[in-house]
Amino acid sequence: MSGAQQGQTSLAVERLRAWNPEAVAEVGVNGQELTAVVPGEHLRAAAEFLRSDPELQFTFLSDLSAVDRFPLEPRFEVNYHLLSLSRRERIRLKVRLGGANPAVESVTPVWPTANWHEREVFDLFGIRFEGHPDLRRILMPEDWEGHPLRKDFPVTGSEPAGAGHP
Amino acid sequence: MTPPMETASGAARTMVLNMGPQHPSTHGVLRVILNLEGETVVKAQPDVGYLHTGIEKNCEALTYAQAITLTDRIDYLAPLSNNLAYCLAVEKLLGLEVPKRAQYIRVLLTELTRIGSHLVWLGTHAHELGAMSVFLYCFREREEILRIFEMVSGQRMMTSYFRIGGLALEPPPGWLDRVAKFVEMFPSRLQEYEDLLTANPIWQARTRGVGLLAPETAIAFGVSGPLLRGSGVAYDVRRFFPYSSYEEFDFDVVTRPEGDCYARYLVRVGEMRESLRIVRQAMQKIPPQGPFCAEAPGIIPPAREEMKTEMEALIFHFKIFTEGFAPPPGEVYQVIESPRGELGVYVASDGSPKPWRVHFRTPSFVNLQALPQLVEGRLFADLVACIGTTDIVLGEVDR
Repeated sequence: MSGAQQGQTSLAVERLRAWNPEAVAEVGVNGQELTAVVPGEHLRAAAEFLRSDPELQFTFLSDLSAVDRFPLEPRFEVNYHLLSLSRRERIRLKVRLGGANPAVESVTPVWPTANWHEREVFDLFGIRFEGHPDLRRILMPEDWEGHPLRKDFPVTGSEPAGAGHP
Repeated sequence: MTPPMETASGAARTMVLNMGPQHPSTHGVLRVILNLEGETVVKAQPDVGYLHTGIEKNCEALTYAQAITLTDRIDYLAPLSNNLAYCLAVEKLLGLEVPKRAQYIRVLLTELTRIGSHLVWLGTHAHELGAMSVFLYCFREREEILRIFEMVSGQRMMTSYFRIGGLALEPPPGWLDRVAKFVEMFPSRLQEYEDLLTANPIWQARTRGVGLLAPETAIAFGVSGPLLRGSGVAYDVRRFFPYSSYEEFDFDVVTRPEGDCYARYLVRVGEMRESLRIVRQAMQKIPPQGPFCAEAPGIIPPAREEMKTEMEALIFHFKIFTEGFAPPPGEVYQVIESPRGELGVYVASDGSPKPWRVHFRTPSFVNLQALPQLVEGRLFADLVACIGTTDIVLGEVDR
C-alpha cells in the first residue's frame, strides 16, 4: 500500500477532517482497508472534495453498493469504494441510513459511473438517490414490486411457484 | 417505402429501433434501444437485466464454500477469475495465508483463463466484423485450454477449482507437460491471427477511429481493463495492488494511446502474449511437491485418507460440511484484474457460517455504461464493433 496510510489514519481522513470536521463520524481500519463513516448530509460534498482535492485525487469510483442490516438500525449501509490512480490508494466511505425512507444525495454529478450503481441499489434495496438524473430500476422488470436484496424479501422469490411460465 | 427523414415542418426525424435482447451480435441477452437518424446512431440506451438470476441474493443462503460454485457463473468466460476474487476476499476475512505453491498454480491457471477469454473475445469480435475464419482458429486454441482445465478440475468451464485456502485438489501428474505443449504451440497461432487482422485494410477500416474513448471520460465512467488501457491509462490491478504473488512475476502492462477499437485489439493481443510469459514463469516456479491448500482445520476439509482413519479429522469433515465455518464479523473489498478489468468482491460477515452480503463489482456492468460514449454519433455498423470492443459478458452485467 502507499506510504500515505500511517498507523490508524490516513492522509485522506486527515484532509477530510481538516476540510470539515463533521465529515468523518468514525474511522475503521481492517488490515489494509480503511473505512470512513460519513454522515449522509455531508456525503455529496465529501465526495466532491475527495475527487477534486489535488493531494488526494480519488477520481475513480470503483464500486457503490449497499448492505441491509435488518432488523438492526440504522438499517442500511451504502458503501463507496474510491480509488486514487495517481496515489495507488483505496478508501471506503460508508453512509448509514435508517430503514424508513432511506435516501442520500446522488454522487452521479461527481462520478458519472455512479449512475448505474445507484440505479441498482435503488432497484434492489429501495434506497433513493436524490438528484439522480434517471432513478429507475435497472435489473428487475420496470413493473416489479418490492426490493429483492432486502432481508425481508424471500430468497425463493415473491411470486408463487410456477409463475413466469406460459 | 422508406419513411421520410423530415417531418412536415422540415425537422429531422429519428427512428427508434430495438436491438436485442435476442441478437447474434449483442454477446448475450443485451437490449439496446437505439435512436437512429438514417444510419447514424443518435442515442444508444442499453437495457439490462435479462440474465439477472439473483446470484448475490443466493450467496446469502449458502455457506462460504458453497457460494464458490455460484461465482463461476458470473463472468462465465473467465470462471477461474471469479473463483479467485471470491476466495481471496474470504481468505482476507479469515486472515488465511495460502501456501506459495497454490498461489503460483492459481496464477498459472488464471492467466490461462485470461488467454481463453481473450480468444473468445477475438473470435467473436472478428466474426461480427466479417472475419469469420478467425472465430474457428481462436476456438481451436481455446479447446486446448479447456482440456487443461478439465484435466485439473474435472470441468471445462465451471471449474470451481479454487477453494478457500488453496485449490480443490492436487493437480494430476503430467498436467504441466500439457501446459508446456500449449505454451509451445500458442505463439505461432497468435501470430497467425495477427497476420490475418493487424495489417488487414478491412479490419483497420472497421476498427481504426471507431469507438473513441478519451482517458478522462473512461476514468469518470469507472472503465477498467483493456477498455481503459486502450485509451492510454496504464492501470492494471496486478501491478497496482498485487495479489496472489503477482509481484513476483515479470510482465508488461500493455497500453495504447489511440483509444479506438483497433487500439483495444492490439492491447488484448499483447495481453495474451504477456499472459503466456507469466504462464512460463509460473511453470518454473511451481515446486513439484508441496501443499495445495493451507493448514486450517475447521475451515479446510481434511484429506480423505485422514478423514477415513482419524476421529478428529472425521469430526472436522462433518462440521465443515454440515455447519460450515464462520469468519469473524467484518467486511472486505478484494479487487483483481479479470480479463475484462477491475473485478471487485465485497463480502460482509456477521460471524455466521453464511455470508451476510456478497456484492460483485463486475467490469462488464460498469464498462457497458460507457457504450453510449463510444457509439453515439457513429454509424449503426460501428455499434457492433463498439459492443464487441467492450468485451461484455452478460452474466457479469446482470448477475
